[in-house]
Amino acid sequence: MNYIIKRLGQAVLTVFVVVSFSFGLIRLLPGGPMDYLRAQIIQQGGSGLSQEAINMRIEAQTGIDASEPLHVQYVDYMFGLAQGDFGQSIWLGDPVASILGPAIPWTVFLTGTALFLGFIIGITLGAFMAYKEGSRFDVGATGVGLFLNSTPNYVVGLLALTFLGYQWKLFPTGGRYASELNEGFNIPFLLSVIHHGALPILSMALVAFGGWALNMRGNSIRILGEDYLRVARLRGLPTRRIAIRYVARNAILPMYTGLMIAIGVSFGGAIIIENIFAYPGVGFYMIQSINSRDYPLMMGAFILITVAMVIGITIADLTYGWLDPRARGGGSRESY
Amino acid sequence: MVGSIPVPEEVVRVSPTDDRHDARDDTDDDHEIDDPLVEGVGGETTLSTDTEGSPITGHDHRGRAATDGGTAVSDFEQTAEFTMSKNKRRRQWFEEKLLAPARIAWSDWRARTGLLVVVFYLLMGILGPRIVAAPSPNQGPRLLGAFRSIEHPLGTTASGVDLLSQTVYATPAMLLMLASGAVFTVMLGTVIGTASGYKGGRFDNILMTFNDMAMTIPGLPLTIVLASALQIEGHPIVIGILITVNAWAGLARAIRSQVLTLRESEYTEASRIMGIGTPKIIVGDIVPNLMPYITMNFVQQARAVIFGSVGLYFLGVLPYTSNNWGVMMNAAVNRAGATSSLMAFHWLLVPMLTIIVLALGLTLLAQGADRIFNPRVRARHAETIEDDGDQGGDTGDGPSTTDALDDSRTSGGEGAMGGV
Repeated sequence: MNYIIKRLGQAVLTVFVVVSFSFGLIRLLPGGPMDYLRAQIIQQGGSGLSQEAINMRIEAQTGIDASEPLHVQYVDYMFGLAQGDFGQSIWLGDPVASILGPAIPWTVFLTGTALFLGFIIGITLGAFMAYKEGSRFDVGATGVGLFLNSTPNYVVGLLALTFLGYQWKLFPTGGRYASELNEGFNIPFLLSVIHHGALPILSMALVAFGGWALNMRGNSIRILGEDYLRVARLRGLPTRRIAIRYVARNAILPMYTGLMIAIGVSFGGAIIIENIFAYPGVGFYMIQSINSRDYPLMMGAFILITVAMVIGITIADLTYGWLDPRARGGGSRESY
Repeated sequence: MVGSIPVPEEVVRVSPTDDRHDARDDTDDDHEIDDPLVEGVGGETTLSTDTEGSPITGHDHRGRAATDGGTAVSDFEQTAEFTMSKNKRRRQWFEEKLLAPARIAWSDWRARTGLLVVVFYLLMGILGPRIVAAPSPNQGPRLLGAFRSIEHPLGTTASGVDLLSQTVYATPAMLLMLASGAVFTVMLGTVIGTASGYKGGRFDNILMTFNDMAMTIPGLPLTIVLASALQIEGHPIVIGILITVNAWAGLARAIRSQVLTLRESEYTEASRIMGIGTPKIIVGDIVPNLMPYITMNFVQQARAVIFGSVGLYFLGVLPYTSNNWGVMMNAAVNRAGATSSLMAFHWLLVPMLTIIVLALGLTLLAQGADRIFNPRVRARHAETIEDDGDQGGDTGDGPSTTDALDDSRTSGGEGAMGGV
């Protein structure tokens, strides 16, 4: 219980620090975003604009009132964010929240599905490799796993886009779904979503499963040599139960922490994938905002990605105790 | 050395940390034990087991025999008996620290391949620019495919720049970037992890809270934000650090939990009791034990830097001063539409393959490094060397058993160094 409170407190603190950091980055850097915005507004409006008018525009765009003292600006900014006010996008002209809000589920859909698929395929394959250790299948699969593990997901994405997308025209090359369809729970729409998401998910899942498979293989082989497994066999337990309850469970446990880190990595990796497939998720908007120097949108995307990641990692961390009874009660979590 | 040991040459080879030396001496002359130390410390019975004592741990029944027997002779005094010339010390260090690991690495195909790949890239970075002509527009025909001509083996870009020379000239900056990112992460991660784990208490608590926060911030987005807000120049060293800006946190966490167990070990406690200062204990007792893990992480970080930097250069969100593989990919897609038309596809393929091969080499090297440092693998390997020595000894000149012993001893001594 104590651990849960501590962990949640840390999650909140992390978000707080990141938000403060982004305020500092926008506001305090000399020659940084704020000065750039000011210069841009002066350029657009000519020299006729008064100082107040410039400040008004900056406030509308970033949620920061430049005429106030720094600490007041900071408090305003924080309260604004807490109410979902991320400022206004310079590039698209809309409020940042209304651009990124609808994009979040799509990014979570991509990364979540890819992570899930990669993990499931990886551990299944890894278990089979361990079971057939030393066979031709094992050697071949290890080689493939090593190769995939050394391939960045965007390389797979680019290859898939070139051949499956442009050359053979099997999959669309951009967008979330066919534009003529209505959003909602109807069959053509869902099929279109899967059709559009297939390549981005494939490119992320494909490179991920190699690593999981190698990991799972190593863990399973180690556990297959344990004494308690011999005891389980001597007790005459069914093979199925041994495979799932004894081997699989203990082999997956050490990978759970890896999974937590993978959540973060895939959020970062999704930025590149979304841009390759022109898939309007959070990462796509983030890169587009940089190219058009749209700082409010960029910081909004950064904060959202961070929050998503903090939530993911916190959930994974808190459920670890449920998965591994030994880790229940936070104090004994370290291998001390 | 006490009189009757006939082969001083071999005695010298024994590591000062190795407490099995007199066991060895006795195998040379079993019958007359003139050495009072040897006589005092153990019977011939223990010695016979010692010759096959585990080459890995370096700990055997010898030391225990000394304490059990209750004789006043301690291992420390025995160690002091050895006098080694500097030259021989150096030779021994070379043997233990470089040759034995190198031999193990070379015997494993993964490490061997990884090493060859990395050396190839290093040569490409160092010698390549001297051999290959510098890239310039209109070196050859436009968008010539790969493997079509001998002058431009990898083809040319839309403006007629040779892709091979572009790839080669991008290598030094990329290698510098990898190195700086990996060094930055490993240094910071090790320092924070060991300090936090060894000190413990409130210091550890505060540092780890800070560490966990840094760990939770997504790395690539943070890099993107910093790169666009700071308006830095694209020096490879700066970019390398920027890419791995918070990667140290994960490493520090892992190292800390290892240090937590290491600091309770007997030899660390011994150092503490002897009144050795904290910094010296950390450098002398703790860090050497972390070296395997640190080495593996160095290689993995290097790989992460390639993936991250090329990806971000491909998106065009990082500043750069010289051409590199990611910028090449960006140009291929944005200027020639390499994804939508196969005409320019080789332009995209060349840098992608360059990255994959280097990453594969680094992955294999990391696995090989694991083998070099893994005591279990080393144990197996020490045995195989012994076997090889036996077989080789039959045809060779010297006494075969000595060869085998020497080999197992060097790796065994090294194992003891790694383990202590």
